[in-house]
Amino acid sequence: MSPTPSLEPDMPPPSDPPGGTRTPQVSYRQARPLAGAVFEVGGLSVFYGDHEAVRDVNLSIGHRQITAMIGPSGCGKSTVLRCFNRMNDLIPHARVAGKIHYHSEDLYGREVDPIEVRRRIGMVFQKPNPFPKSIYDNIAYGPRVGGFKGNLDDLVEETLTHAALWDEVKDKLKTSALALSGGQQQRLCIARTIAVQPEVILMDEPCSALDPIATAKIEDLMEKLAEEFTIIVVTHNMQQAARVSHRTAFFTADVDDKGERHGRLIEYDETSRIFSNPSDNRTEDYISGRFG
Amino acid sequence: MASSVLEHDAPPGVPRLKGRGTPWRERFFRLSLWTSLAVGVIFLAGLLIYVVYEAWPRLDSRIWTNFPDIIDPTNAGAQSAIMGTIWVIAFTALYCLPTGILAAIYLEEYADPERWWNKLIEINIQNLAAVPSIVYGILGLGVISRGLGFGQTVLTASLTLSLLVLPIVIIASREAIRAVPQSIRQASLALGATQWQTIRLQVLPAAVPGMATGSILALSRAIGEAAPLLLLGGLTFITFNPTGVQSQFTVLPIQIFNWISQSRAEFVSLASAAIVILLVILLAMNSLAIWLRNRYARRW
Repeated sequence: MSPTPSLEPDMPPPSDPPGGTRTPQVSYRQARPLAGAVFEVGGLSVFYGDHEAVRDVNLSIGHRQITAMIGPSGCGKSTVLRCFNRMNDLIPHARVAGKIHYHSEDLYGREVDPIEVRRRIGMVFQKPNPFPKSIYDNIAYGPRVGGFKGNLDDLVEETLTHAALWDEVKDKLKTSALALSGGQQQRLCIARTIAVQPEVILMDEPCSALDPIATAKIEDLMEKLAEEFTIIVVTHNMQQAARVSHRTAFFTADVDDKGERHGRLIEYDETSRIFSNPSDNRTEDYISGRFG
Repeated sequence: MASSVLEHDAPPGVPRLKGRGTPWRERFFRLSLWTSLAVGVIFLAGLLIYVVYEAWPRLDSRIWTNFPDIIDPTNAGAQSAIMGTIWVIAFTALYCLPTGILAAIYLEEYADPERWWNKLIEINIQNLAAVPSIVYGILGLGVISRGLGFGQTVLTASLTLSLLVLPIVIIASREAIRAVPQSIRQASLALGATQWQTIRLQVLPAAVPGMATGSILALSRAIGEAAPLLLLGGLTFITFNPTGVQSQFTVLPIQIFNWISQSRAEFVSLASAAIVILLVILLAMNSLAIWLRNRYARRW
C-alpha cells in the first residue's frame, strides 16, 4: 500500500506566509465535474427554535468524491452535515427549511422515512462511539436491524477487510470493542457504517479525538473508501481538508445586531482553488490562519 | 554513596520544604466527619448485637419449621410469615417491575418534557415517592380490598405494596436509562435502527444492571413495610402458608409487631428471632444489589 505524498501526516501546511505568492506544494486531488450530484442543496436554513443557526446554504455534493466542510467553531458546518441524514430530527425544536435533494428526491419530503435515509447515508461521529458489545456485534448490528438475511460471518470479515481492520482484530472478534485503542475504535465505527452498504458516509470531525498516526490511518482509509462511497467530512484540521478532499466548503458565522450567530457558506470550490487561490478574502484569511 | 553526596550538596540558601503540619481546622473537620460516620455505624452495630442477644435462645430451625402458637411461644415459629413475605414480595415484583420500567422508558425516551401533561406526571411521581406508606394502606383498604373486593389476600397486599414502591422503581429505572450515553443512541439511529430497536437492543441492555439494583432496593423497602399491611386488617395470627394470590397471609413485620405487643418474655425473644430472619433477607437482597452493580458496572 503506497499512500500518495499528499497523505503523509508530516506534510507541511498548504498555505504560504500571508501575502506571499502561492506556489502549490501539494498535489491536490482532482475534482470531477459535479454532473450527477448526489445531493443538491438550495437555500437551506436550519432553525433551533427561533434562532436561525444556518442561513441560505447552496451546494452540490459530487458522486464518489470527498467533500470537506471547514470553518471556525459555531459556523454551522456540523449542523449542515446532520441535515444530510436527518439526524437533526432528533433535536427538539430543530427545523430545516429550503431544499435538500438526494438524487433529485426531497430528503425532507412528507413520505420519506428517516430510517431508510440513514441506511443510505451513514454517519461517523466526532468521538468514537462503539457499542459496548463485541467487535463482531458492532459490525453486525446495522445489518441485523436492517433485516440482513445473508451470511453475517462473511459480511463481518468482508467489511473489516474493507476497512483495513481485519488483520488487527481477526483473532479477537468476540472481545469487547471498548478494549480497542481510540484510533481502532474510530475505524471500527467507520467499518460499522459501511457494513450497512450506504451510498454516502458523513463524518463529523472523525479525527479530532485521535493522535496524528491514528489520524493518518483514517485519512488513508477515507481515500480508499472514496472509490466506492461519497464522503462528506467536517473538519477543523485544514491540512486534513487539503490532503483528502476533492472539494471544500468554507463556512463562517455572521453576528447580527442582537449578537446571534448565523452560519453562512462563504465559498465552495475545488479544494485546490480554495487552498491556493480563494475568491473570497474571508476564506483566504481563515486558511492562512489570520482568524478562526 | 552517591545519594549521600547529593544530600549533602544542597547549596546554601535553597528553601527547605518543611511545612507547618496539618492546620487544626483541617484536623477538626476530619474528626467531625469521622464522628458523624461513627454515630451511624455504632448505633447500627448496637442494634444488631442487641437483637441477636435477645433472639439467641430462639435462634434455631424451629423459627422457620414451626407455625405461630399463641399458647406455647417456646415452640412457636414464623413459617407462615416467612412464606407470606416471599409470596407477597414475589407478586409485588411481578406487578411493579414491568409497570415501573415501561413507565420509565416512556418518560425518558418518548415523552416531550416540555408538554404540560408530562411535567405534571413528573411532579406527581416525585411527590408519590414521598407519600407516607400509611396512606397507601388506606388506599389499599378502600380501593383494592373493599372497592375491588379482593379482601385480605396476598393479591391485595402485593398490589398495595406495588403502588408504594412503583415511584421508586420508576425513578431508579429512569436514572439507569439516563446514564446510557446519548452517543450510543445516535450511533444506533445513524445505522438505520428504529427508535424501538435502539431502546431494545442498546439502551435497555446497558440499563439493566442499574434498573435491577434500584428495583431490588425498592423491593427491600417493601419487605420491611408493616404499616400499610396492618391497615388491611386482621392479618396478625395466621397458622397456614399462602396457597395462592387469593389466600390470607401474614408477613414478617406484622408477625413481629404482633409478638412484640405480647407481655410474656418468650414472645420477645421469638420476635427478635423473626427480626434476625427479616434482617438476613434484607441484607441478602442488598448484597445482591451491590454485587450486580459492581459486576456490571460499565465505563463509557
